[in-house]
Amino acid sequence: MAEVLVYVDHVDGAVRKPTLELLTLARRIGEPVAVALGAGADATAAVLAEHGAVKVLTADAPEFAEYLVVPKVDALQAAYEAVSPAAVLVPSSAEGKEIAARLAVRIGSGIITDAVDLEADDKGPVATQAAFAASFTTKSRVSKGTPVITVKPNSAPVEAAPAAGTVEALAVTFGALATGTRITGRTPRESTGRPELTEAAIVVSGGRGVNGAENFHIIEELADSLGAAVGASRAAVDAGWYPHCNQVGQTGKSVSPQLYIASGISGAIQHRAGMQTSKTIVAVNKDAEAPIFDLVDYGVVGDLFAVVPQLTEEIKVRKG
Amino acid sequence: MSLRIVVCVKYVPDATGDRHFADDLTVDRDDVDGLLSELDEYAVEQALQIADEADDAEITVLTVGPEDAKDALRKALSMGADKAIHVEDDDLHGSDVMGTSLVLAKAIEKAGYDLVIAGMASTDGVMGVLPAILAERLGVPQVTLLSEVKVENGTVTGRRDGDSASETLEATLPALVSVTDQSGEARYPSFKGIMAAKKKPVESWDLEELEIEADEVGLEGSWTAVDSAAQRPARTAGTIVKDEGEGGKQLAGFLAEQKFI
Ligand SMILES: Cc1cc2nc3c(=O)[nH]c(=O)nc-3n(C[C@H](O)[C@H](O)[C@H](O)COP(=O)(O)OP(=O)(O)OC[C@H]3O[C@@H](n4cnc5c(N)ncnc54)[C@H](O)[C@@H]3O)c2cc1C
Ligand SMILES: Cc1cc2nc3c(=O)[nH]c(=O)nc-3n(C[C@H](O)[C@H](O)[C@H](O)COP(=O)(O)OP(=O)(O)OC[C@H]3O[C@@H](n4cnc5c(N)ncnc54)[C@H](O)[C@@H]3O)c2cc1C
Repeated sequence: MAEVLVYVDHVDGAVRKPTLELLTLARRIGEPVAVALGAGADATAAVLAEHGAVKVLTADAPEFAEYLVVPKVDALQAAYEAVSPAAVLVPSSAEGKEIAARLAVRIGSGIITDAVDLEADDKGPVATQAAFAASFTTKSRVSKGTPVITVKPNSAPVEAAPAAGTVEALAVTFGALATGTRITGRTPRESTGRPELTEAAIVVSGGRGVNGAENFHIIEELADSLGAAVGASRAAVDAGWYPHCNQVGQTGKSVSPQLYIASGISGAIQHRAGMQTSKTIVAVNKDAEAPIFDLVDYGVVGDLFAVVPQLTEEIKVRKG
Repeated sequence: MSLRIVVCVKYVPDATGDRHFADDLTVDRDDVDGLLSELDEYAVEQALQIADEADDAEITVLTVGPEDAKDALRKALSMGADKAIHVEDDDLHGSDVMGTSLVLAKAIEKAGYDLVIAGMASTDGVMGVLPAILAERLGVPQVTLLSEVKVENGTVTGRRDGDSASETLEATLPALVSVTDQSGEARYPSFKGIMAAKKKPVESWDLEELEIEADEVGLEGSWTAVDSAAQRPARTAGTIVKDEGEGGKQLAGFLAEQKFI
């Protein structure tokens, strides 16, 4: 069976959920061969094997942490040359997309970004994408070269499918461009203990209606009662009420959870671009005419300062 | 020595209009008004600020797009860019990111540059990969997704706010930069700027001038193919209740029914 390269997104050996979803999709089109780079790469093998990786290619070198993107492209290209895969799948993070794109140029292939589904077809994999703020669904293929496809989080279930997961060291030589952009400093993001925004099953977001950083605890308390991630509109972020890394929308994170709860958010097109593919959408807004209500499965027209705390309280009661 | 800055700007259909696909599954650009992609205004703004700091700098704005794309160039010129290049050719219709980036790279090389600045993503295709591809094609450092950028003594430094960390980056020129909407509000063109823009030079180049064959770009030459595009079915109207004291509880009832609680 044809091999499919899967680029592994991990933090010090802890594989992030979107990569496990990629393995599910990769198995639809062939046999997954995973590529894990950087510190902790070897430690990823067990969980990758459990989810279908027949082989795990690993490499570590200081270059991966000291220079931006290109060393990882060099390594992925080495894996590509070693395996001659039928397709290359990469998680749709900002960095993942850049790595995939540069690889595609080098190997003379087309690229599809932000796929939300993938099917096998005689002519190669067919990717589903959401276009124009998710108001359209398109199906596309790579027609030249080896398909390079980046896939959004929450696009497939995580499935157990035990495979060999043999670990092999990948030989990488870095090209002249690898050391072009030096990373001179790094401030890790503080963990909030809440789920990662793009991976969360439930996202609770607040907007301008929350009216101040000091009120965002109302949104956080609702999120915590549901085990959810916290999101924010750009208006709330621009006002400095919540960090930019929590922004949902066109220029923030794109989320696709089972449940999205928007409070005090009007539903501008740029916000919708980042949450319209959520399975169930709920909104609390005091304006019955707010465009967000066009999207909802359930909406409450009312003051969030009354509705949201009552909701949180009721969830706690029901959960016991 | 003069710092030559090329800013890539895209002409896109207005996101607040009724955007859709044409019969050949390319973006329908006739039915919806176009404009300079709002995220590229941030790229123009950073170019203007970098030029202000430099002893001597020249900003060229570059677009690949149909006739109307001149509007995007005019907007950038009225903000303060010095000159513009419009790559326009019927054979470009339907180009994907590989085709578009090939044309941009050839045009940038022909124009001459020390620094290329792009937006973080267009507001129509929203791939967010074109800057990385351009850096690869040009063979220069990529310093992308910056929320802060500075150019001094032939070195570009910036801050990139990623998923798990905020990084500071450094590269020597020539280099390619892309900036996010966190990099600083873009200025509005002044009346004087709008008047001055009318007199600024706009060059038009076609594929022949860039030594690109027609079959390397456009719909036929694309590296990707769109099989279908379907409008998402309108969501079935949801239940909307007015809060009369029990709104939170009612909503909890719905969430329980849906098995979220
Ligand atoms: C290029 C570009 C990119 C953008 N990217 C993004 C993006 O990524 N994400 C994003 O979110 N936006 C983005 N925007 C901005 C977007 O256009 C909107 O301005 C923004 O989403 C509005 O945020 P909001 O809904 O919180 O605020 P508003 O539109 O001001 O809405 C606030 C809502 O809260 C309601 N409200 C007020 N008080 C209460 C209360 N007490 N109880 C209940 N409801 C209340 C109001 O009725 C109103 O509907 C972008 C814009 C541009 C031009
Ligand atoms: C809904 C949709 C989905 C698409 N999906 C794919 C796909 O999966 N694969 C594919 O190959 N193509 C795809 N395309 C086509 C692709 O968007 C265009 O070819 C486009 O020119 C390059 O991608 P982008 O605009 O998304 O670039 P981005 O990478 O989002 O753009 C980043 C920056 O590059 C610069 N830039 C981009 N285009 C131009 C231009 N024409 N002139 C000057 N500067 C520019 C701007 O500075 C911009 O801010 C898609 C188009 C649409 C409308």
